[in-house]
Amino acid sequence: MSIFLTEKSRVIVQGMTGSEGSKHTRRMLAAGTRVVGGVNPRKAGETVDFDGTSVPVFGSVADAMAETGADVSVIFVPPAFAKGAVVEAIDAGIPLAVVITEGIPVHDSTAFWAYAQGKQTRIIGPNCPGIISPGKSNAGIIPADISGPGRIGLVSKSGTLTYQMMYELRDIGFSTAIGIGGDPVIGTTHIDALQAFQDDPETDAIVMIGEIGGDAEERAAAYIKDNVTKPVVGYVAGFTAPEGKTMGHAGAIVSGSSGTAQAKKEALEAAGVRVGKTPSETARLMRDIIAGL
Amino acid sequence: MDLFEYQARDIFAAHGVPVLGGATATTPAEARAIAESFGGRAVVKAQVKVGGRGKAGGVKVATDPADAEAKAAQILGMDIKGHTVHRVMLAETADIAEEYYVSFLLDRTNRTFLAMASVEGGMDIEEVATTKPEALAKVPVDANEGVTPAKAREIVAEAKFPAEVADQVADVLVKLWDVFIKEDATLVEVNPLVKTAAGDVVALDGKVTLDENAGFRHADHAALEDSSAVDPLEQAARAKGLNYVKLDGEVGIIGNGAGLVMSTLDVVAYAGEEFGGVKPANFLDIGGGASAQVMADGLEIILGDPSVRSVFVNVFGGITACDAVANGIVQALQLMADRGDEVTKPLVVRLDGNNVLEGRRILDEANHPLVQQVDTMDGAAQRAAELAAAK
Repeated sequence: MSIFLTEKSRVIVQGMTGSEGSKHTRRMLAAGTRVVGGVNPRKAGETVDFDGTSVPVFGSVADAMAETGADVSVIFVPPAFAKGAVVEAIDAGIPLAVVITEGIPVHDSTAFWAYAQGKQTRIIGPNCPGIISPGKSNAGIIPADISGPGRIGLVSKSGTLTYQMMYELRDIGFSTAIGIGGDPVIGTTHIDALQAFQDDPETDAIVMIGEIGGDAEERAAAYIKDNVTKPVVGYVAGFTAPEGKTMGHAGAIVSGSSGTAQAKKEALEAAGVRVGKTPSETARLMRDIIAGL
Repeated sequence: MDLFEYQARDIFAAHGVPVLGGATATTPAEARAIAESFGGRAVVKAQVKVGGRGKAGGVKVATDPADAEAKAAQILGMDIKGHTVHRVMLAETADIAEEYYVSFLLDRTNRTFLAMASVEGGMDIEEVATTKPEALAKVPVDANEGVTPAKAREIVAEAKFPAEVADQVADVLVKLWDVFIKEDATLVEVNPLVKTAAGDVVALDGKVTLDENAGFRHADHAALEDSSAVDPLEQAARAKGLNYVKLDGEVGIIGNGAGLVMSTLDVVAYAGEEFGGVKPANFLDIGGGASAQVMADGLEIILGDPSVRSVFVNVFGGITACDAVANGIVQALQLMADRGDEVTKPLVVRLDGNNVLEGRRILDEANHPLVQQVDTMDGAAQRAAELAAAK
């Protein structure tokens, strides 16, 4: 197993013919992902060659799903068109939409999140690196060669901290690593991933990485306390962030006294989660847990 | 981006929200002229992006033009919680019968929009929320349904507005929602919304926060930015397209990825505890690319900060390979030397990830006298803090 993404996942790419889309489609294919199509209404019927693999372009997500049986869409379209792309994916009923695009207006992400309620599409992101189940499939931009498969589940708001953590624990490996994104409104949350890892028989322990802004980590802590029996280690970035300044990610901002790293760390610790002071210390805590299993 | 009150007032007016006449002045003489145009009486209000200006003496009523000039002279230049007053707004006066509160905002927790309304306006709404939560109505607004007249009436009923102002407040809510949606705001707040003695409902003070990610569809929003308040280093960084935030420490930071850079700041601050409390001097995320040009631009900004005493370059090679990053650092130093920039501060570099051995080899071979490599993030932070403390 693994969560949300398996070796059977059939992936399409919205924005495959753009520069980021084509660069990462090539990388996903090289990682063994079953990329079965791209979507671009102006290039429908064409095919794109990626180092010998020919990938067809469809006019719509619905067409691509009908022709290929795709069940995952990775979205690279620019911010101005991202809402339309996500809504199209939801309307087509794709089970998983991974929104990589950074810089989507929050009115647009709030609107597509609301639109997805009661429908069958799980959204990951936006402003995220995507999801990888090492050795099985890679939907997004997480480098596939950092770590192989293993028994740790990882959920993180940050892309580079995901990479760093996977690298530190590459000898143990990961069932799935999921970057949920640093925007104020995101689809899949820490809690969604924690729940899925708890239910996944191939995941033994979970690393959860958070950062300043909002209260997702506090709510995840409450969820862990009541629902997660597998060991969880945590890391929170942004202790030194000043109030009222956006730190790179649109959602990473301390507003007044809310959203601080300290409050998140305390909430996690109160729920029995061991929280590392640095990424490396967090990796050591996980190493200890795995050694004791 | 937070707006000044006068900017919020102008946007409200443009969307049909009832406001009082108002204009801004940067000198007492201008204030006098504006008060004259109002017929004498005016409220002189400091324009600062911080709450509590009334209590701080930043809002005064002037009885005639000469008084407006005098009051403006008192308020201009005043320091309110660290914000210097460079501009005042003069507003027409109103006979206030009642004060209310209304706002629309992004509710991150519930991933929706939220309307808040109270008939107990005029005071700090967070205080109302804690001391009298029943007096603050909170009504979720679906992003795709918005605030229709029916929804506005629901909010009005929920907050128990008096019957005689219900229609007017509902109308104001629909127009404020128009501001919220059409301007891509994450906060639109009116406090107080007043009923005048004549029975009119008017927005007396406003707060608006705009979503910078939506700038591409609002060409007019760039002009609303208060560039005088932006730190000069932040301004220079922005001109180069860099994601930089000035902090008050001594260790300059360059890294890739917002999360990793935030983490780097924390790790440096921890390490600094051992070295007399040295702290990170900035946040700088050079992103995934990390080309020589971007690295040079980043180094230039950081080395231009007089409080920086050492620099920590912390890069994890994910999509970008470490050899490209190492070449970037070498070329950046060369680029700076070629154009005559004097680089005298030590650089601690930590590279890890994709193609790390080649990256480290390139830096070893370049053997730049100011560059030293440390293999781990924690160790490198320690070294950078130590160097900053030693200088």
